[in-house]
Amino acid sequence: MGLNAVVAACYVFPVLVSVLAVRFFYVLWHSGQPESRLCATRLRCLIVLGSGGHTAEMMNIVTTLQKDRFTPRYYVAALTDNMSLQKAQVYEQSLIQSNGTKAGESAHFMQIYRSREVGQSYVTSIATTLLATLHAMWLVIRIRPQVIFCNGPGTCFPLCISAFVLKVLGLGWSSIFYIESIARVKKLSLSGLLLYKLRIADQFFVQWPQLQHEIRWQSMHTLTNASYLRELAMSAS
Amino acid sequence: MAEREHRTVFVTVGTTCFDALVMAVDSPEVKKALLQKGYSNLLIQMGRGTYVPSKVSGDATLQVDHFTFSPSIADNMRTASLVISHAGSGSIFETLRLGKPLIVVVNEDLMDNHQSELAEELAERKHLFCARPQTLGETIRAMDLETLVPYEPGDAKPVVALINRFLGFPVA
Repeated sequence: MGLNAVVAACYVFPVLVSVLAVRFFYVLWHSGQPESRLCATRLRCLIVLGSGGHTAEMMNIVTTLQKDRFTPRYYVAALTDNMSLQKAQVYEQSLIQSNGTKAGESAHFMQIYRSREVGQSYVTSIATTLLATLHAMWLVIRIRPQVIFCNGPGTCFPLCISAFVLKVLGLGWSSIFYIESIARVKKLSLSGLLLYKLRIADQFFVQWPQLQHEIRWQSMHTLTNASYLRELAMSAS
Repeated sequence: MAEREHRTVFVTVGTTCFDALVMAVDSPEVKKALLQKGYSNLLIQMGRGTYVPSKVSGDATLQVDHFTFSPSIADNMRTASLVISHAGSGSIFETLRLGKPLIVVVNEDLMDNHQSELAEELAERKHLFCARPQTLGETIRAMDLETLVPYEPGDAKPVVALINRFLGFPVA
């Protein structure tokens, strides 16, 4: 019986690996493809906020989104970052007041462990990165976002990776939009570089021509994903 | 004299610690340069810094005041005639949106100094002046506010339209 199980495992394992590999490349290929038809009229959104101007830039995009399409909205910020969620809460509150919709219906606010605090040692940051990734996975499984918006804070990378893993496993599909911060003029941020190089972002926006040239030079075939939008939008309210 | 009262220079370091900037604006050289340009008050938001500038009051010279944090920094910016700021994108764009003349001072002690990229690019486009703590006095003496080009804030609509199109939503 034990031997049979081992033999069965020997057959099943390669098949499983092959299926996963095929699925992996299918997801990679499909990620950059626009939807030809609308599958849903309302999309669950994961909006990643972060300090250092990221939240202000992101809220500028959120205010422009069609709220009836992009709902419910799940805002996520680092555990140590109190300001960002507060800004989002103020905005969502103003929406409730102007539309009369019930509170807590369309907006949710969550916090996530940070992979690394400024000045943290390298050794301990391995453990905290692992913790942050597991937490990100848990959040993505709970939210099961259909759309993810991020613009570069460190917390967005584990969240996007988790969403990608869910795609490969067939547990959910999400379109990831990465809008690089306006503060990045010549070089992508680390999160941006990783999400771009690993082809995890479905659509990748940069705001300066210098960056567009860099992306074009690095890999020609993803040019369609790198839309040049200089001085897109920025406010610090 | 009444008009002089309203010429305030507001210095902000945001939530950072940027003693080099506070020291620079507190130096006799920079204060003299500001006086020569016709400014009467110097208000310093010093954030987490440990260097405390000396408060000066009296009509004869540049009046200096300081505080660490305030929820109403926007009001300070609104009433200022000139803003001297750290290179954080939040402070930069808040000041530009208010249409205030701005000198951005880059903190050279920061490890990952991508912030200078933004300040330098916007300085090249003549939306602001860019300086280092040690060149601030020189920048103030040489600056000509007439050469500044007003900043037009960008619009998120094109991005949102592209996102909608990608998701298959009809784009109006």
